[in-house]
Amino acid sequence: MHLLEPRAQPSQLMRWTAPLIAIAATLLVGSVLFWALGKSPLDSFHVFFVEPLTTGYGWSELLIKACPLILIAQGLAIGFKARIYNIGAEGQLIVGALFGGGIGIAYGETGAAWVLPAMVVAGAIGGALWGAIPALLKTRFNAEETLTTLMLTYVASHLLSYMMHGPWRDPEGMNFPQSILFDDAALFGLLVEGFRINSSLWIVIFAVLAFWLFNARSFLAYRLEVGGLAPAAARYAGFPAKQTVWFSLVISGLTAGLAGVGEVAGPVGQLNLNISPGYGFAAIIVAYLGRLHPLGIVLAGTLMALIYLGGEAAQLSLQMPAAITGIFQGMLLFFLLGADAFIDNRLRRRAR
Amino acid sequence: MSSPEARLKLLHISKRYPSVVANDDISLSVMPGEIHAILGENGAGKSTLMKIIYGAVKADSGEMLWDGRQVNVSNPAQARRLGIGMVFQHFSLFETLSVVENIALVLDEAFDLAALAVRVKEVSERYGLPLDPHRLVHSLSVGERQRVEIVRCLLQDPKLLILDEPTSVLTPQAVQKLFETLRRLASEGVSILYISHKLHEIQSLCDSATIMRGGKVTGTAIPRDETPASLARMMIGRELPVCVAPPYHGPVHPVLQVERLSLASDDPFGTSLKDISLTVNAGEIVGIAGISGNGQAELLAALSGETTVDREAVWLAGEAVGHLDAGRRRDRGLVFVPEERLGRGAVPALSLARNALLTGHRQGMKRWGLVAFDKAQAFAEQCIARFDVRCGGPGAAARSLSGGNLQKFIVGREIMLAPKLMIVAQPTWGVDVGASAFLRQTLLDLSRSGVAILVISEELEELFEISDRIAVLAAGRLSAPQARELADAESVGLQMAGLFTDTDAEVSHAPA
Repeated sequence: MHLLEPRAQPSQLMRWTAPLIAIAATLLVGSVLFWALGKSPLDSFHVFFVEPLTTGYGWSELLIKACPLILIAQGLAIGFKARIYNIGAEGQLIVGALFGGGIGIAYGETGAAWVLPAMVVAGAIGGALWGAIPALLKTRFNAEETLTTLMLTYVASHLLSYMMHGPWRDPEGMNFPQSILFDDAALFGLLVEGFRINSSLWIVIFAVLAFWLFNARSFLAYRLEVGGLAPAAARYAGFPAKQTVWFSLVISGLTAGLAGVGEVAGPVGQLNLNISPGYGFAAIIVAYLGRLHPLGIVLAGTLMALIYLGGEAAQLSLQMPAAITGIFQGMLLFFLLGADAFIDNRLRRRAR
Repeated sequence: MSSPEARLKLLHISKRYPSVVANDDISLSVMPGEIHAILGENGAGKSTLMKIIYGAVKADSGEMLWDGRQVNVSNPAQARRLGIGMVFQHFSLFETLSVVENIALVLDEAFDLAALAVRVKEVSERYGLPLDPHRLVHSLSVGERQRVEIVRCLLQDPKLLILDEPTSVLTPQAVQKLFETLRRLASEGVSILYISHKLHEIQSLCDSATIMRGGKVTGTAIPRDETPASLARMMIGRELPVCVAPPYHGPVHPVLQVERLSLASDDPFGTSLKDISLTVNAGEIVGIAGISGNGQAELLAALSGETTVDREAVWLAGEAVGHLDAGRRRDRGLVFVPEERLGRGAVPALSLARNALLTGHRQGMKRWGLVAFDKAQAFAEQCIARFDVRCGGPGAAARSLSGGNLQKFIVGREIMLAPKLMIVAQPTWGVDVGASAFLRQTLLDLSRSGVAILVISEELEELFEISDRIAVLAAGRLSAPQARELADAESVGLQMAGLFTDTDAEVSHAPA
């Protein structure tokens, strides 16, 4: 019989090697999968991971998809370090999109310069509020945040659906559940003509730097880390536990809300039912794949964006089903968690 | 002349670890019915040697003879079948299981839990180690967990019993009772290996002694024929250091006042605190004796602020602080060394520098919410140097340190915070004799600089060595502190067993 037993000193080197191992294992199993489907693995990988990056447009699309993933994962990583597991970023993204989008619908036609900044602020507030509900439930009633954040995601998506079928439906939209197309004042400006990448990129770059500084130097980040690593030590030192819960959930809600505005005021350009292809969930994988480190998250978010792009390319060129994206995301997470398990533990034959 | 066969004989046992030789050519023999002491400081190699006998560690070379036959004990189950029982210094209990379930797990035979529970209760009471068989281990204090280990060995009718510092958690009366038990076991032919660094215990209990230092045998002795000084020289290679308590001439004013503190425990197996009042003045050390599980954990949490209580129940330098959390009380000059070093007093995975930040951040280590890591590093370096912490430097993870060295680091860190009030639980648990003396002297010197110090310890000797006044916490009640000169080990021991001589004494056994 074999048992996993904890290692006294888990290797820091392996901690950072694990994502590479997970990527390698994903590629390996992925090629078996392609082969079993009767496709050449090499050609398939070319379509999946190389072709999207052969054009400037492809790189722009990569950034567009990487931005929300990186932004959300930065916020989530703060909580994950403190062992506050917000898995409802998707819902916070939607509420952020609704708050920001609402301003875009109401005031976009004024053409005023304050509209876009107001949308950004409103989106951040919306996401933060949606994150604050589980924080309240946890600090007040000790409700598990993994459940409440996830459940609130469904509430958010029904809220979106209601708004799209009801009050905010485009009167001239032939009854499609979507809002009007936003005016230019309610959209991020394009950075390069002909490409979809827009000025929300600056928000993401600023956020990465801010989170990097926060993690590297701030006392609050240290407190959160202690709370995650040794809750009794945090109590001993007198670090308030409730504050940790509030901060983690509100900050991750805020970044998700910002990402939501980035979508509706960016590539989507309106409110509809498909504003996020699961960015809020994929960002959980991104956060762990990036080892909860702000710069690691940038790399992981870019990879995850490539998987999204590759999945689309595979659907077009290889006639693969849309589920291919989910399969690759799932394999990546699975192998990463597997590798992590062996970093913290080792296999040992049980002595009889 | 035919001499009887030795129960256990070790010949030239050696064990090397990558960085240290734990056992170097150790030989010893134990006769049936002999109580044999293994005397040595922490790190002398006693525990490794015992683990080799018990099959938990494999020797690199050497032989082991059991009743004259050569044996190769490769695991503890085999050792138990031979009749070797061991009470470990560090416990190997499952927290989520009950006492009786934990005991059932190591029995190598079929068992009936209900019947076993009855046996556990019987044996535990017979040996003066009261235990509720159905309590969950996670709710037990360190002292109570050791009782479980002792009882579970006694249940197996061992032929050789190894006890690794068993008395550190017992009252003097319980120690006497345990000694009676051990003597009875010996008279029934059971051999006993008794590991300790307490010289007077070894002198009163043991027939012979093997003394170890730095992994080698440095001598064998008949303890009764030796003096404590001569044994100590063999054990630590020099004279036993003695603490001196200089008189205090500074101003005397109350720093910690506890007023009628009552606290119901959240834990169903915890001890509620009942009407506790206590004053600790600047310049004195007050010791609280008692066996853990009698409200120690609850009292410490209420004093440190990890549990908040009524505002007026705890006063710090004249300010009511009962309602303040640990951080706010620390802002007002309180420092605290908890019993659990890893996971409470220090974060295991973090470096010493980052652990310095845990409570040291008030010493100018942060600015505008950002941490000055160079200052934390310097603080840790200073602490390491001043308190002789043996480690790989300020970057070493807390969990890479030995228990004694981590304790020196935590005590040092708290002292360097320039406190008004210092609360210390089990200051020298697991710390070797030389370092213990250093820590005690450090506490004495600190108190004489005008700091009020409260020490909670299970080691009576230690309390008598450093305390100015001694109180006893038993069953959630605190006795009135007595000046050390007026207190004696006997009466304190009786109080530890819950027999207060004052108002709480239950004298009325109404005759039928």
